[in-house]
Amino acid sequence: MMTQIVFYVMAASAVVCALACILQRNPVAAAMWLVGTMFSLAGIYVLLNAQFIGAIQILVYAGAIMVLFLFVIMLLNLGHNASDLRRWPAFGLAVGVSTALLTTLAGLRFYTPARLAAEVAGASASQDPARVLAGGTAAQSAMDSLGVVGAIADPLFRTYLVPFEITSVLLLTAAVGAVVIAKRRI
Amino acid sequence: MLLGPALILSAILFSIGVVGVVIRRNAIILFMCIELMLNAVNLSFVALAQFHGLSGQVMVFFVMTVAAAEAAVGLAIILAVFRHRQSVDLQNINLLRG
Amino acid sequence: MSLPVLAFASAAAGGSPGGAISLIGLTILLPFLGFLANGALALRRPDAKSAVSLIGVGTVALSFGVALAAFGQALGAHLEGPALIRLWSWIPAGALTVDVTLQVDQLSLVMLLVITGVGSLIHLFSVGYMKADPGYARYFAYLNLFIAFMLTLVLGASLPVMFIGWEGVGLCSYLLIGFWYGDKANADAGKKAFIVNRIGDFGALVAMFLLWQTLGTLNFAEIAERAPTLLEVGGPTVTAITLLLFLGCTGKSAQIPLYTWLPDAMAGPTPVSALIHAATMVTAGVYLVVRTNVLFAMAPTAQMVVAGVGALTALFAATIGLRQYDIKKVLAYSTVSQLGYMFLAVGSGAYVAGIFHLVTHAFFKALLFLGSGSVIHTMHHAYHATHAHEDPQDMRNMGGLRRYMPWTFGLMAIATLAIAGVPILSGFFSKDEILALAFGRAPDAPIWYLFWGMGALAALLTAYYMARLMAMTFFGANRTGPAEQTHLHEAPWIMTGPLLVLGVLSAVGGVLNLPAYFPAGPHHLLDHWLEPVVAPAAAFLRLELPPGSTEYLLIGVAVAIALIGLVLGHRLTLGEAIVAARQAAPERGFWKLLHNKWYVDELYQEFIVDPLVRLSHSILWRVVDQRVIDGAGANGSAWISRQLGRLGGRLQTGEAGAYLVVFLLGAVWVLHAVTR
Repeated sequence: MMTQIVFYVMAASAVVCALACILQRNPVAAAMWLVGTMFSLAGIYVLLNAQFIGAIQILVYAGAIMVLFLFVIMLLNLGHNASDLRRWPAFGLAVGVSTALLTTLAGLRFYTPARLAAEVAGASASQDPARVLAGGTAAQSAMDSLGVVGAIADPLFRTYLVPFEITSVLLLTAAVGAVVIAKRRI
Repeated sequence: MLLGPALILSAILFSIGVVGVVIRRNAIILFMCIELMLNAVNLSFVALAQFHGLSGQVMVFFVMTVAAAEAAVGLAIILAVFRHRQSVDLQNINLLRG
Repeated sequence: MSLPVLAFASAAAGGSPGGAISLIGLTILLPFLGFLANGALALRRPDAKSAVSLIGVGTVALSFGVALAAFGQALGAHLEGPALIRLWSWIPAGALTVDVTLQVDQLSLVMLLVITGVGSLIHLFSVGYMKADPGYARYFAYLNLFIAFMLTLVLGASLPVMFIGWEGVGLCSYLLIGFWYGDKANADAGKKAFIVNRIGDFGALVAMFLLWQTLGTLNFAEIAERAPTLLEVGGPTVTAITLLLFLGCTGKSAQIPLYTWLPDAMAGPTPVSALIHAATMVTAGVYLVVRTNVLFAMAPTAQMVVAGVGALTALFAATIGLRQYDIKKVLAYSTVSQLGYMFLAVGSGAYVAGIFHLVTHAFFKALLFLGSGSVIHTMHHAYHATHAHEDPQDMRNMGGLRRYMPWTFGLMAIATLAIAGVPILSGFFSKDEILALAFGRAPDAPIWYLFWGMGALAALLTAYYMARLMAMTFFGANRTGPAEQTHLHEAPWIMTGPLLVLGVLSAVGGVLNLPAYFPAGPHHLLDHWLEPVVAPAAAFLRLELPPGSTEYLLIGVAVAIALIGLVLGHRLTLGEAIVAARQAAPERGFWKLLHNKWYVDELYQEFIVDPLVRLSHSILWRVVDQRVIDGAGANGSAWISRQLGRLGGRLQTGEAGAYLVVFLLGAVWVLHAVTR
């Protein structure tokens, strides 16, 4: 019960911050509103039993990426002179696209764990419906035994080791690339 | 528990991000809307990770990493373009006009 | 040249009679090769006249030889059904399979002999007549091509193959009528012939479509088999088919309403008029009706239409011939009139009588035309020598020519007596049989009395105008002029020789189908010969001669008409004072109406041709062609392409943001599609 209320509050906050973000004229204000969205989302992650991810969200997203955004905004010295919203055809398009999206995705509100399990079982015969729900209990037991961080680290360094290493190479490449692109003189 | 509402919230946030991309001309704010979309997807992953196992959360981990890399490079590009055109308004960045 | 060998082999394999009959394709091939050879000579060496003559006459003479051999073989073999020689497959289109197959039966042999025989004689005549013409080789090329096509027409075993020949002879007719195309009037006459024929051909084509639809076949043999079972006697379908076929016949055989091209066709060389417009091409319509006799026998209404149109045309054309002064025009209208007799015959169901008259008419009409050709040749020569510019074809410029051209006079006199229907000569027997059988149909419906009456009246007029022609040309005082008289002489033997042969045939041709009452000789030869061909129709027709006494009465009437007409024509013509053409007074009153052909050409021009031209110009050209096809179609599609291109170009803004939006739209759409 309590979790539900907290969830809805966080959700409302996230939506409000997101809307404010896309409608702000000032880029700095928009960045700040986005940070608010991320904080709300971090709270929701914690509610959804993803505490590590929640922490990472704040550390990386809000703390690094958004800061980077702010650096660039301030570096470019962008003011808030004229409105940079597109003219009305874009508005119509936006309404249309969002309506399409929401109607497509509207079916998501009916999802319960049981239905999910049934769908997964129906989709691939190899997946045992019980195992779907069992994944959650296995996750819980992993967290109990290895701790919150350990539960993530275990698959990260075992099953997903190769993607992990590749991601590190990717980060290196991105760093070098960003430096090269942004230099005044190569 | 909380699966349906979480997924719906993810859909709403994603839609908001799409609307933002469509209606904004400022490149940096456009970028922020894209980050919003990524966040919405992260929320979906996390919500389903409760049932499918922790690989969902590992996926979120990777998404965040890649988003960071992408944000860095993207902002570097915007910087470079700004030096040429003195503007980040997308209407002025039309060198691809054929 | 492997085709005849193939044909022979296939014939031997297929079980049809070998020998000359299976080589019948040679009769078409030889003249066609002659056309190619003469055509090449016409282009390369137009003055190689002896080579051209040899090829031109030789190929047709050889064809006649093959035809005789085939005839001889058929006489001995007693063919029951037609001998089919399949040459190659032409249209294998699902249910419609048309092969190029030649059919040799009694009827096609008769036509074959007439075409190649009379054709050879006319080719020989042309060697003399066209000697001085620069287009000599071209002339013989076209003439050979005509023979090839005409033979295709009569030897075709199915309507499409026959139609190839039908159209082909129309083409050759156009080429030969407009032979001296330097003069626009000749070219116009050629065009007129072709276009008027086209109207008839439309009818023939629609009839073919109907036949295909109802009977599922276009072969003559199969049509004769299936029609009695699949078509209703007297029903709308068979009546429509036959009437449409007859429309084609009116075009090709110059009956009302499509006869107007034939008098104009006299613009061509006279041997052409003899061959095409007297002996062969114009008889194609009669041949078609006899070929499809079962269909006509099943449609009594159509029969009456055919006979009625034939009788009316016979009378109508005869009236016009009464007052023409150009010798060839008289003969042209005479041809139209005699063709009317043939259609009266086939309309009454007397198919054999129609073919009989076709053969005898070929003899005496060719003789008349060739004779007039000799006359014109001499007159032309005379005027050329004195550098006068009179019309060598106008009979008012002739007169008393029997003193200068005795042989021509004598032979043309035989032909005149034949066409008038004087007893013992060929025309008497054929014309008499037609009129008697038409009269014999009268118990079915009284209208046949009217048709007989029209035929009898036309016979009277025929005798009259032919006697008038002879009187004006050969009797009386010579009006050509004293200077020219020294140059008038008999035609060379190469021209008079064929006339001699035709004269003999015109005289004794009646032996082909002597009636029962004739005291001597073999009777009803042609009737017996063509019996298998007209047998399918016999089931539906009852053809009877009138009872003996009535028949003798009719014969007496016919003979009386012939003699009265001849005498009247001779006396009245010589009685009036004929002046040379240049000084002649213009016609007046009723004579003017006849002389101007009842103004039919003018009526057609006013009510059909001119409105069509106006319609074409203002609607079909301005609106349909320019606005719809060019404007909306060609230019319009270009305009649409350009607009679409412009629209598409708008997408290429170059703005990254716009591209991003499109990308997003695509992604949303894919998402939508995937989550269905």
